[in-house]
Amino acid sequence: MSLPESVIHDIGYQRYDGPRLGRGYAARSLFVHGLRVAFGLGRSAKAKIFPWTVIGLIGIIAVIMAVIKSQGEEVDYQDIPQIASVLALVFLAVVAPELVSRDLRNHLLPLYFSRPIHRADYALAKLGSLISASWLLLAGPLTLVFAAGAFGTGDVWAELAGLFKGYAVAAFYAVIFSTLAVLIASITSRRAFAAAAIAAVFLVTLPVAGVLISLEHDPVSYLAPIGSPMMLPEGIREWVFGTGEVNVGQFGPLYGAAGVLLPATCVLLLLLRYRKVSL
Amino acid sequence: MSLNDSINNPSPPPIIAARSLTMVYPGEVRALSDLTVDVEPGIVGLVGANGAGKSTMIKVLLGLLRPTGGRVSVLGLDPAVSADEVRARVGYMPEHDCLPPDMIAAEFVTHMARMSGLPRTVARERASETLRHVGLYEERYRQIGGYSTGMKQRVKLAQALVHDPDLLLLDEPTNGLDPAGREAMLAMVERIGNEFGISVVVCSHLLGEVERICDSLVAIEAGRLLRADRIESMTAGLDVLAIEVAEGTEELARALADRGLPVRREDRALLVPLADEDVYDVILGTVADLDLPLHRLDQRRHRVAELFASKFASEEAVDVVA
Repeated sequence: MSLPESVIHDIGYQRYDGPRLGRGYAARSLFVHGLRVAFGLGRSAKAKIFPWTVIGLIGIIAVIMAVIKSQGEEVDYQDIPQIASVLALVFLAVVAPELVSRDLRNHLLPLYFSRPIHRADYALAKLGSLISASWLLLAGPLTLVFAAGAFGTGDVWAELAGLFKGYAVAAFYAVIFSTLAVLIASITSRRAFAAAAIAAVFLVTLPVAGVLISLEHDPVSYLAPIGSPMMLPEGIREWVFGTGEVNVGQFGPLYGAAGVLLPATCVLLLLLRYRKVSL
Repeated sequence: MSLNDSINNPSPPPIIAARSLTMVYPGEVRALSDLTVDVEPGIVGLVGANGAGKSTMIKVLLGLLRPTGGRVSVLGLDPAVSADEVRARVGYMPEHDCLPPDMIAAEFVTHMARMSGLPRTVARERASETLRHVGLYEERYRQIGGYSTGMKQRVKLAQALVHDPDLLLLDEPTNGLDPAGREAMLAMVERIGNEFGISVVVCSHLLGEVERICDSLVAIEAGRLLRADRIESMTAGLDVLAIEVAEGTEELARALADRGLPVRREDRALLVPLADEDVYDVILGTVADLDLPLHRLDQRRHRVAELFASKFASEEAVDVVA
């Protein structure tokens, strides 16, 4: 030991008999911790560079939209998540492995699972962190555009309704992107592999769906976007609000079902993954 | 302990009680086999060669593995049923590396304290305090990636201790440490058991290393109980005399053997079991008869490791005795 035993602040070991908050508290703490990790908060400057670069880029998009809006042009809040979706994907491809692969790599799971927190709590807390982080990433610019517009002319209530619809579209993106990203990242302990796999799953399916759409064949071109997680949220938007960028024909409810089933399947597989994970 | 004492102070309830505990992994690998043992509070060495079932035992105690047969209770609770309650009161230090290199030690231990249910401010205070107790002072504000092996082991110990458990499970805490680091780690474990009043189970394949700090030992081999007892009762009546002469060691060994004493060599010394007081006289007489220059004749506490020396196949277990 580097200091002698008799230093003045050594008051000996203190037993702790205060409250022990248990499982729910631990899961909530892990959720908050994950959210902070996603944005590099409480970590080194190096860890902050990436998330804040993405936030900066999305911020630039938001500022441009806000300026356009202030010129009196029509800006649909619901368009913003789609415009920012590639940046959100890049964010997820880096942050999802950061949240789950890193714990696998550093063999942290035995430390978690030897505590009151359960395996399912762990998986859901991590997923919750990622969904929240990506939703904040997409909802942030909406809020900025709203704030810029609210002080101008126009109907504030209509703006607010538009904002909340935009929030809902951001949630479609956040849930579908995050559940898939966490599941992929939980399979490997190598962050680089996980990031590549996430990018591959999203980007490889995109042109395939694109080609099928361009066939202009009914029903193939109406159904193709379901197969691409990049386009699925737009299809859901089209079904829910009728404003989406993809043409879903009469298959709207199918998009709704896919929007529930895909995340649900991912969550189920994620829970199974952590039930089986070796310690 | 007199009879009277033991009536007034009945032995405390065991911290761990296993009954016919059996763990068979898929593929018929028997890690634990019909293990029945009671472990009293204090510092307990769980010793056995690599692969004897120590780590499996710890995972069963934590409720991470469900035993395929038999029962076990930890602090009076069944980890297969009340895993949460057990885990809230137990601290676990794994054998292998389990630290995030890019986190600051103080923050990591704080995080782990919260995972154990400590409120935010308490978690922070106890993390600092615990790191100090394991000997990390200003270093605790640095990233773990830059730490030496010894410092990492201290952080691992701190995260197991931070929520003030009633029982610490340490899996090979001296692994990878140099001799000075081993000494420091053992001294810390001893302090936790004796000063902090926390029961500790120390897993080790190095019997000679842990026996010095343990109150009792549980030795297992191939998943079976070899022996479990308090150290004193293991060593009672087993003291030895160590004799060193400047020259003629061989000659003396032969002469002593001729007089019916079982002699063993250890480096330059001869070891003779101290069966009764006459042994002294016989040895002194023999040395005088041979006219050898006697360097040393002292009584040595018998090492428990020697009891098992023949049992352990592991090289190291025998090594430490020397």
